[in-house]
Amino acid sequence: MRVGESVRRPDGAAKVRGRFEYSSDLHAPDMLWGATVRSPHPYARIKAIDISAARAMPGVHVVLTHKDVTGRNLYGLEIKDQPVLAHDFVRYWGEAVALVAADHPEQARRAAQALKVDYEVLKPITDAEAALAPDAAKLHPNGNITRQVKIRHGDQSARADIVVTGEYEIGMQDQAPLGPESGLAVPEQDGSVELHIATQWLHVDQEQLAAVLGLPPEKVRLTMAGIGGAFGAREDLSMQAHACLLALEAGRPVKMSYSRTESFVGHVHRHPGRLWYEHGADRDGRLVYVKARILLDGGAYASSSTAVIANASCFSCGPYRVPSATIDGIVAYTNNPPCGAMRGFGSVQNCYAHEAQMDKLAAELKMDPVELRMRNALQTGDKLITGQTIDGPVPVAELLKSIAAMPLPASGEGKGGDVDLTKLPGGVSNTTHGEGVKRGVGYAIGFKNIGYSEGFKDYSTAKVRLFTKDGKARVEVHTAAAEVGQGLVTVQAQIAGTELGVNDVVVLDADTNVGSAGSSSASRQTYITGGAVKTASEAVRDRVIAMARAELRAPSGLHIENDNVVTGTGKLVVPLATLLGDEVIEETREFHPRQTFPLDAETGQADAHMQYAFAAHRAVVDVDAELGLLKVVELATAQDVGKAINPQAVEGQIEGGSAQGLGLAVMEEIQLKDGVIRNASFTDYLLPTILDMPPVRMDVLELGDPNSPYGLKGVGEPPTISSGPAIAAAVRAATGRPITRVPIRPHDLTL
Amino acid sequence: MKHKVAVTVNGHKHEHEVEPRLLLVHYLRDVVGLTGTHIGCDTSQCGACTIHVDGKAVKSCTMFAVQADGRSLTTIEGMAKGDELHPIQQAFWDEHGLQCGYCTPGFIMAAAYLLEQNPNPTEDEIRKGLEGNLCRCTGYVNIVKAVQTAAKTMSGTTAGKTQVAAGGN
Repeated sequence: MRVGESVRRPDGAAKVRGRFEYSSDLHAPDMLWGATVRSPHPYARIKAIDISAARAMPGVHVVLTHKDVTGRNLYGLEIKDQPVLAHDFVRYWGEAVALVAADHPEQARRAAQALKVDYEVLKPITDAEAALAPDAAKLHPNGNITRQVKIRHGDQSARADIVVTGEYEIGMQDQAPLGPESGLAVPEQDGSVELHIATQWLHVDQEQLAAVLGLPPEKVRLTMAGIGGAFGAREDLSMQAHACLLALEAGRPVKMSYSRTESFVGHVHRHPGRLWYEHGADRDGRLVYVKARILLDGGAYASSSTAVIANASCFSCGPYRVPSATIDGIVAYTNNPPCGAMRGFGSVQNCYAHEAQMDKLAAELKMDPVELRMRNALQTGDKLITGQTIDGPVPVAELLKSIAAMPLPASGEGKGGDVDLTKLPGGVSNTTHGEGVKRGVGYAIGFKNIGYSEGFKDYSTAKVRLFTKDGKARVEVHTAAAEVGQGLVTVQAQIAGTELGVNDVVVLDADTNVGSAGSSSASRQTYITGGAVKTASEAVRDRVIAMARAELRAPSGLHIENDNVVTGTGKLVVPLATLLGDEVIEETREFHPRQTFPLDAETGQADAHMQYAFAAHRAVVDVDAELGLLKVVELATAQDVGKAINPQAVEGQIEGGSAQGLGLAVMEEIQLKDGVIRNASFTDYLLPTILDMPPVRMDVLELGDPNSPYGLKGVGEPPTISSGPAIAAAVRAATGRPITRVPIRPHDLTL
Repeated sequence: MKHKVAVTVNGHKHEHEVEPRLLLVHYLRDVVGLTGTHIGCDTSQCGACTIHVDGKAVKSCTMFAVQADGRSLTTIEGMAKGDELHPIQQAFWDEHGLQCGYCTPGFIMAAAYLLEQNPNPTEDEIRKGLEGNLCRCTGYVNIVKAVQTAAKTMSGTTAGKTQVAAGGN
C-alpha cells in the first residue's frame, strides 16, 4: 500500500457485501424518529404556531419550535443568517419551522402534518435581478446583496479590433448524492450529545451545533457515519441541529432520515446564474480585455455564497492571458432555495460563459477554436486577473494539445442503411432513424483553486500511532477528515504506509476526538489531510530511526522498508516489531499550506488562492435537430493531477466528475415556479444513467507541483468544470445554434 | 389489519405479521434487519434497493412485503459464500466500481441477474441491462469494467452462477 499504486479501497469489502453501515442504517435501542415541519410558502410571516394537535398525536414525545432552540437560533458557514427553526419569517419553500419526535417515523410524519402554522403569505422574490431593484423587499437586515466582488485589472479603457459579446444562463443543479440526509443523535446523562452523522466537515458542524444548542463544544461530539456521496450537499447543517435538539429534549436517541423529496429542500444547490460577457481581441486572436457581469442567485440564506461568487469572479476569464479585466460578480438573496457548495464551486457556471465566448471569438476570427485557446493559454509566471503570479506547472496548452490529438470515435455511427437505432439520440426509445442526426465536436478548458482561499485558515490534523500487534508492526492513522466516497481512507493509508514502510495500516473512524481536518471540499483533502498524515508519519519515523540508532548503535542513513529497519543499502538492521517491543510511538501534527489573502474590495487584487488545477474536455455529440434529441457519444479529457497518489481512484474521480458536468449540460435542473420546486424527485429531476454517460478517453498528466506533498494537485472538481461546456460547444458545432443556457432543452435544438 | 408473511431470505426462513402497506424494502431493512439493501429515491428510479425475488432482479421498493409471501429472496448479504466474495462483488471492489458504495448492492444484484441471463454480454448489453440503476460517483465506466471482469471470472468457473441460483432458491 504505497503512494502511486492503484490500491483497492479498504472499505470496499464491506461495501460490496452490504455490511458497510451508512448513516441511514444506524440504530440505537429505544430510539425515536424525528420529522420536520416545513414551510409550504417561499416567503411568509409566521403569525402563530399551534403545536397542540401535533403533540396529542399517538406516539409523539416531543414537538419543538424556534422557542425551544436552546442556543443562538442562527447559523451559517460564512454568515450566520439562517435559523435552525424559522421564527419570524420563512424565506424559502421547505424551510424548517418545527420538529416532532415520535416512536415510529410514520407517527412523526403524521404529527408534523397535524401541526398548525398560521402564515401571512408574502410575495416572494424569485429572480436575482429583481432582488437587486431599489424597491425590492429586504430579505435580510443588510439588504439583498450577499456579496459583490469587483475585479479591476489592467487598462480599464482598453479597446480591441474584434469584440464579441454574449449572455448565458445556468440552471440550478442538485448534488443528488444517492444517500439522502440522515443521522442519529444520542443524549448523554451529563447533558452532552453524541451525533453520528454523514457530513463533509465534522468540526464545523460541531462549532455550529455548540452555538445553536448553547453547549460548550466538548459537549457536542461527532462521529462520521457512512456517507452516500456528498459533492457539496453536506457542507451545511441539514438535520444535525434538529436531531440534537430533539434528542436532548426527549432524553432518548433520535434518528432522522430524509426522503428523496425532503433531501431536495434539506441541502443547498449549485447557484443558478446569468452571465454577461464581452471579449476584446486583436486580429491575431490575442485577448485584449474581458468584461463580465456575473449574477448568481444565492437563494434565501448565504451558505457559502460569498466564497462561490469569489471563485466565479476570480476564474471568470478561464485559464487565459487576459491583460485587462473588468469583472463584477454579485450573489443575491432571493426566496428561492438556498444555494451553496457543489463540485466546481463557481468555476462551473463561468466556464460555460468563457468557453462559449472563446468559440465565438474563434468563429469571428475564422480560427480553429483549439488554436485560439492555445494562443491565449496561461503559462507559469503569468499574472492572473487577480494580480497573483501563477507558479507551478500551468499546462493549459499541453492539455488542449492532448485532447485535440486523441482519436475521434467512428463518425456517423449508425447512419445509412445499417442503423442501430439504440445508438442514436433517443436511444432505445426508437424515436429517430437518423435522417436528421448531425455530429458535433466541442472543446473546453477550465481551472479553479484547490483548498481554501482569501485568508481562510486551511489546515488539517493527523495522529499517527505505531505499535506492535500480534508480533507485527501496525500503524493507526486518526484524522477527522470525511471519507465521502472519494477514497481518502485509501490515500491516508497509502501515505502512512509509504512514509513508515509498514504494511499493516489502519485508518480509524473520523471523529472530533482529534483536531480538525477541514472539509472534504475544494478538492483539498489529499493535499491537506494527506500532508498532515505525511508530516505526522515522518515524525513517527524520525523517532523510530533515533531509537534504532540509540539502542543498536546503528549507522546513519537508516530507513524503514517492509516492516524492517534497514540500512541505506537495504540491509536488515532489525525487524520493526522487535525494535518496538511494547513501545507505542505516537505523533500528532498539523499541516498548513501556504497562506492566502482576501481580495481587495475595490480591485479584487490579491494572492487569494493556494493552488490551481486544470482540466480540458473534448465532447462528441450526435444531435437530432428535428426531434430535439441529443446524445453524448464520447468524452475525452486531460488533466494534470501533479502526482496520482492512487491512479485508479484518480481515474474514478475524473469519470465521475465528468458525468456530473454532463448532467448539468443536458438534463439536470431543479425546476422552480414562483419559488416552489416542481421536480423534487428522481422521477422528474433527471440524473445521467449508464446509457447517458459515454465512455471516457483520458490522459492523466503528472507534472508535479513543487509546493505540495508528493507534487500532487487536487483532483475532484476540475473534471466537473469543463465537461459540460465541451458538450455545449459540441452541440453548437452540430447545430449552428447559439446554445446560451444549460441544461440544453429540446426546444433549444429545434425552435 | 396485519397479514402474515413467510419468506426465505438468503436461505433463512422468516415469518412476520406486517401491515399490508409495508414495502418489501422496509420489511427487509426494518423488520428482518438486513440494511445492505439501500433506499435512494423512494420512487423506483435509482435501483439501490434491487434484490432477487425467485431469482429475478426486482426493485424492492416496487413490491409490498405481503406480495413476497412464499417467495425466496436474495439480498446483497446473501451473495458471498462466507469469507469468499461473489465474483461480481470481487470485481466491483477490484475494478474500483464503487466510491461511496451506496448504489453498489443494487448494481451487484442487477448485474448478477444480467449475467445469469447473458453470461457474456457486450458493453452495450451491460449498459442496457443496468440502465435502471443510478450511480452518482463513478460515471459508470468502472461499473462496466467490473461487470466485464466478473463475466470473465464466472465463465471460467460455474461457481458464481450456481451461487446466484443457490442464493435465489
